[in-house]
Amino acid sequence: MSIEITPQLPPPGLSLGPSLSLSQWLLSDAPASRRQAVLGNGYRGLLSILANPAALVGLAIIAALVLIAVLAPVIAGFRSPTGQDLGHRLAAPGAAHWFGTDELGRDIYARTVHGARVTLTIVMLVSVVVAPIGLAVGTTAGYLGGWVDAVLMRITDIFLAFPRLVLALAFAAALGPGIENAVIAISLTAWPPYARIARAETVTIARSDFIAAVVLQGASTVRILFRHIVPLCLSSVIVRLTLDMAGIILTAAGLGFLGLGAQPPTAEWGAMVSAGRDVILDQWWVATIPGLAIFIVSLGFNLLGDGLRDVFDPKST
Amino acid sequence: MSASSLLNVLWRLGSFAGSLLLTLLGLTAVTFGIGRFIPVDPVLAVVGDHATREVYDKARLAMGLDRSVPEQYFLYLKKLVSGDFGTSVMTSHSILSDIVQFFPATLELSTIAAIIGVSAGVPAGVAAAAYKGRWPDQLVRIVGLFGYSMPVFWLGLVGLALFYGRLGWVAGPGRLDVGFEDIVTARTGVILIDSALAGEWEVFRNAASHIVLPACLLGYLSLAYIARMTRSFMIDQLSQEYVTAARIKGRSFWGAVWGHAFPNIMVPLITVVGLSYASLLEGSVLTETVFAWPGLGLYITRSLFNADMNAVLGGTLMVGAVFIGINLLCDFLYKVFDPRLRAA
Repeated sequence: MSIEITPQLPPPGLSLGPSLSLSQWLLSDAPASRRQAVLGNGYRGLLSILANPAALVGLAIIAALVLIAVLAPVIAGFRSPTGQDLGHRLAAPGAAHWFGTDELGRDIYARTVHGARVTLTIVMLVSVVVAPIGLAVGTTAGYLGGWVDAVLMRITDIFLAFPRLVLALAFAAALGPGIENAVIAISLTAWPPYARIARAETVTIARSDFIAAVVLQGASTVRILFRHIVPLCLSSVIVRLTLDMAGIILTAAGLGFLGLGAQPPTAEWGAMVSAGRDVILDQWWVATIPGLAIFIVSLGFNLLGDGLRDVFDPKST
Repeated sequence: MSASSLLNVLWRLGSFAGSLLLTLLGLTAVTFGIGRFIPVDPVLAVVGDHATREVYDKARLAMGLDRSVPEQYFLYLKKLVSGDFGTSVMTSHSILSDIVQFFPATLELSTIAAIIGVSAGVPAGVAAAAYKGRWPDQLVRIVGLFGYSMPVFWLGLVGLALFYGRLGWVAGPGRLDVGFEDIVTARTGVILIDSALAGEWEVFRNAASHIVLPACLLGYLSLAYIARMTRSFMIDQLSQEYVTAARIKGRSFWGAVWGHAFPNIMVPLITVVGLSYASLLEGSVLTETVFAWPGLGLYITRSLFNADMNAVLGGTLMVGAVFIGINLLCDFLYKVFDPRLRAA
């Protein structure tokens, strides 16, 4: 995929002092090295995201999620997410407990903050599992063609037609509860779109002259796939991953809600909503606040994903 | 219809049946795999840890586990085809009869949700496209984004707390209040239809006030998807020259939108509606759990809590088969009805 973005002037704040020369170097039309070209492309992408207010909000939400996850103990004010205080069960939000306490007197603010870690873990693990599977299947099918392509894409189509949530549920039920198993269950049902995308990209790339050139130079199939084709497929896979991430978070939270995700006493947002279910009519905060966290994070990924798609694939909007 | 186009339709029908069969086979292979390989020892799962050697061996033979894996899969398929999904530990009925009993509730909920989703989502999408970039477009975009980002189980709980707990506008979880149960004989299994047929309007009102919240909730989720797709189809059409030509001819703007552009998005739109209906059937799993709605989703999750794997897999197979069927049928209909693809 060729990324064509008309060079824009950097925002006024960036064009002062030494950063002016840096942005000029990054935006150069004739990069002198591979590194400059890669960095320049990234910088152009960043500029167009910064110019898109919705995507910027999404980026800010995700940055906040990462920050909260990394600094969870500090942000939670060193309150324990699992420490029980049965004397203050189901306390309403107030000065002592900002978001109130749950049915075991645990501080919901601390639990919500620590829950960011679980969500981020799931998001990262699913990406790390799904993208390589999709890339491997898609690029192999697209590059080799013939019956390999036919068989691999048939399998992909079969998996694509499966109901994802119900199947993830059955997988998670059979594997037993736990974060790792929830990740496996989600990944097993989430990879087909990536294989499709990678194949479509590969089919066009494989016909280009530079691939013919490396074939003539004697590069092995594996080397061509990993060094030349996979890097070019990455950007569309990442865009798709960002768009899918909200769905993945919602599925993970749904599994947690059904008791198939992280196990107690780990603070996981879906499980926290489930814990607040019985008291929703009287103590609304127990279920509402972790649910709000799920909503904000998946909204963030949706906003960023839409923005990235606008930047990298202007045709589809 | 000429002979060649008839042949074309037959060819597509054949390939539709082929991919349907193949995908269903894939689904059964997955459920077979889950049932056969994931519990470390399926025999132990049935007889328990303290069974004697003889009991264990007998159970192993009875379950057919001494045979080769392909043979076991074949036997499994044979059982499925004859409608034998096993017996549910929870209800001690055959799983097929459970599914038959629970499915109408799911169908009722998803159908009403789909009606809500289509009747609100299509006009919203058309309006967004017609006012592209202006406030109606932004509004539809935001409403859609929220729909995509909300955890449905959470929205259900909040809805219950607000509309049932605080305001008392709707009835609570379940399908009917206790006092209204068993008044109407089940003919179709769909309470709204059964009670209307029996003329029991009190029951009908009660059932309606139970279904309105979960149906609106699911309808909102499918609205988000339908509105987004309608908008993008409509924008494509409105930028075509024939719309400009219709306007020059003197057709009003909305006349051109509904009279000229809209009929052209009907085919892809029907596909989208079908797909969203399939995902409603699937998405009802979490909603039914929240609203204690006695459908297939609740059946699956309740069986899950009772470690009743046969029932979970039976329910999965049923939802999966319906989902796959609708999915592929939409694909097929799209290919048959799209004039461009028909000519090719």
